[in-house]
Amino acid sequence: MTPDGQTDRGLKTAPSAHMSLTGITKRYGGVTALENVNFSCDLGSIHAVLGENGAGKSTLIKIMSGVVTPDEGRMMLDGREVTFSGPSAANDAGIVCIFQELSLMPDLSVADNIMIADPPRRFGLIDKRAQKRRAEELLARIGCEDVNPLNRVRDLPLSRRQMVEIAKALAKDPTVLILDEATSALTSSDVDRVFEILRKLRDDGISILSISHRMHEIEAVADMCSVFRNGHNVETFRQGTRSAEEIVQMMIGREISAHFPPKPDKDLATQGAAPPVLQVRNFAWENVLQGIDLSVRKGEIVGLGGLDGQGQKELLLGLFGVLKSTSGTIEINGKPVSIRSPIDAKRAGVDIALVPEDRKTEGLMLPMSISDNLSIASLSRMSNGIMLDQNALESSVAEAVRRMQIKIGNKSDAVSTLSGGNQQKVVIAKWLMTDPKIILLNDPTRGIDVGTKQEIYLLLRELAKEGAAIVLYSTDYEELIGCCDRVAVMYDGQIVRELAGSEITERNIISSALNIEEAAQ
Amino acid sequence: MSHTRKSDLSIILRQSAPLITVIAIFLLFYIFYNSNHPRGFSTAVYIQNANEVFALVMVAMAQTVPVLMGGLDLSVGAVMTLVNTLASHLLNGSPLEIVFGFIVCLLTGALCGFVNGCVVVYGRIQPIIATLATGAIFMGLALFLRPTPGGDVDGDLAWVMTNDLYEIAATYGFFDNGEAAWFQPVAWLPVPALLLVVVALFVWMPFSRSVTGRTVYAIGSGESAAYMSGLPIDRAKIAAFTLGGFFAGVGGIYLTLQTSSGNADIPQAGAYTLNSIAAVVIGGTSLLGGVGTAIGSIFGALVLRTISFNFRIFDIDPLLQPLFEGVVLLGAVSIGALSVLRIKNTLELFR
Repeated sequence: MTPDGQTDRGLKTAPSAHMSLTGITKRYGGVTALENVNFSCDLGSIHAVLGENGAGKSTLIKIMSGVVTPDEGRMMLDGREVTFSGPSAANDAGIVCIFQELSLMPDLSVADNIMIADPPRRFGLIDKRAQKRRAEELLARIGCEDVNPLNRVRDLPLSRRQMVEIAKALAKDPTVLILDEATSALTSSDVDRVFEILRKLRDDGISILSISHRMHEIEAVADMCSVFRNGHNVETFRQGTRSAEEIVQMMIGREISAHFPPKPDKDLATQGAAPPVLQVRNFAWENVLQGIDLSVRKGEIVGLGGLDGQGQKELLLGLFGVLKSTSGTIEINGKPVSIRSPIDAKRAGVDIALVPEDRKTEGLMLPMSISDNLSIASLSRMSNGIMLDQNALESSVAEAVRRMQIKIGNKSDAVSTLSGGNQQKVVIAKWLMTDPKIILLNDPTRGIDVGTKQEIYLLLRELAKEGAAIVLYSTDYEELIGCCDRVAVMYDGQIVRELAGSEITERNIISSALNIEEAAQ
Repeated sequence: MSHTRKSDLSIILRQSAPLITVIAIFLLFYIFYNSNHPRGFSTAVYIQNANEVFALVMVAMAQTVPVLMGGLDLSVGAVMTLVNTLASHLLNGSPLEIVFGFIVCLLTGALCGFVNGCVVVYGRIQPIIATLATGAIFMGLALFLRPTPGGDVDGDLAWVMTNDLYEIAATYGFFDNGEAAWFQPVAWLPVPALLLVVVALFVWMPFSRSVTGRTVYAIGSGESAAYMSGLPIDRAKIAAFTLGGFFAGVGGIYLTLQTSSGNADIPQAGAYTLNSIAAVVIGGTSLLGGVGTAIGSIFGALVLRTISFNFRIFDIDPLLQPLFEGVVLLGAVSIGALSVLRIKNTLELFR
């Protein structure tokens, strides 16, 4: 199909393929998730799978890991045809998947979780001591000696939990290791460590499949890439033979002019003429936040940068009234306010919205309908005396769906039926329906496809133009550089540096994130 | 190295805080009771108390297993009653017949639990509703077996099982009729207390350390995560209910020995079920599942019963007892909730 010969469309089953899928089709009701897909992965290779939401990546790995069974097609493993009755059958065959949504049991200890599939036993009973030892070994292997295996997973921060998840997968001695956005919650030093492990596993002859939306990560580790779109394997090629632009083009199937919308004239953004909408002074909480001073003006997008876990998340929660016994002052339009709960944060005159970290638990009520989720934060605005005004409710829901271009079947479907990107759009839309003046976002593009990311960037800029003050925490430096007028880099609970305009460079962000003193570039 | 050990210990202590609390509450109440009892700290008192608590302790253990999965079993009292009525027919005759009767009764309890498990797993019905229905069925069977209270239980058996070890030896002629010198240090131990230790050590402990037991905790902590980890969910659920039925059955057998009769008493079954839930909660098991142990529930049941012991020795209107039990339940649960005050991130309250 392509002249360079290194690529062949829908890669044919090579004899060396460790696991191969032929003619796989999977439908959910009327929706075809995968159609006649051919795909294979080889031993000793890292294979990246890219694609937009709903492109079929998740279905592909669900089929490979035995979570769903395909309607048509064959799966071969080591030259033998296989069918899996469930994830445990796939595990037994050596296929282990690290899912994007954490598969840890928060009330069980780290050691229990890591060894859950096959704990060491003595006389048929779980040998806790051997289990702890084994868990310690596995944690040490991925450089997490700081995690005590006796701790409950509940008590660990998200990035540590993800590392526990990886240790848990390694405990199963996989021959095919599938990572579904496994690095999205990790700090950059952990990402490097995980890549090192992946390379080592590859050299040991394991077949690794990685789903990621981070292009530079794919460039860093992948040997092969497959791009999926609309349930088809568009192209499989050797990593490096396609440029990032070409890959993005394959994924979204349309031309994109720029990754980020243009920023307003930087003089306007930095002149400081307008008084700040949000002014935080000497804000502190426990030993996580110390002496935070931050101001955000109307129409400005201020980024929070730094390594994960430096207090960015807590700062947003604190501003939203979720943290108790904070100190310092918060002024909105020059007036000091006391925000003790999200109810206070929503109150007129404060008008803060928070798009939270975890959309599945903090952002959405998954079993409730799309329309219920959209209207849930603004119900009081649609109350007609005592009853909810159904007409007002429906029209504002329709308006939100239109504005955010949320792809929905029926607004009374459960929000859990939507793809990840569309779910995140629902979370953002539900807050926009409250007409916020200050919008706080906690990593809103985590685990979201490129197309939706772009839409979110555009939306943020548009909201800023309309006069909102936006605080954006992102673990993705590119995003901070591309979106923000200013970036406050946090380290150990403090803002160590504020970058504005042309100062916002990867080099500056990273050096401040590591708290390295360096002259501004 | 010493640093790691120390932190291990502090983690274990922190995680066992609810259990330590309930044990402390029990000891406080029980020592208070014995100090004020005219014959306090005597074998006779221990035996009497042990007899009175055993059935509830078993039912509380039975309740713990489904609660750990995040479900409630409303049939535990009914299973206990059904086994009680059955045992009132079977626990007599030759030793062989009695052994046969024990086995049938234990199997019946387990079978009831197994049925619950199958209804929950294959009928995809929430445990609370499934067991509400099956509980009514078990109660109906019990009424069929014992339309009116009564029964025929081997007298020697009932006597020795509800006494101290000495009586077993004396009745059946072991250890010089119980007079052997080496036997004396343990001769005063009440049989039900030993039975409890046996059940806890040889049934609960192995279960909690088996893969099936681990899976039960995993289901309560996050069922989809447990499924995605390739754990045997269905098997664990059925096993959990079966084990619950087994515990309830043991409770039913003991109730028969204690009362020498069978009685399909509907209010009594209901009271046992509700008390079992209270005991589980006092014992530090989360109703959301995932956290807790049956050992905690044992002490939860002991705390509940010790309250009524105290009522007996003080001249308080017995009508006040339910009120006081409610206050203690609320208090015990509030102690567990005290940790909430330490949470500075209110988002964690909702996890």
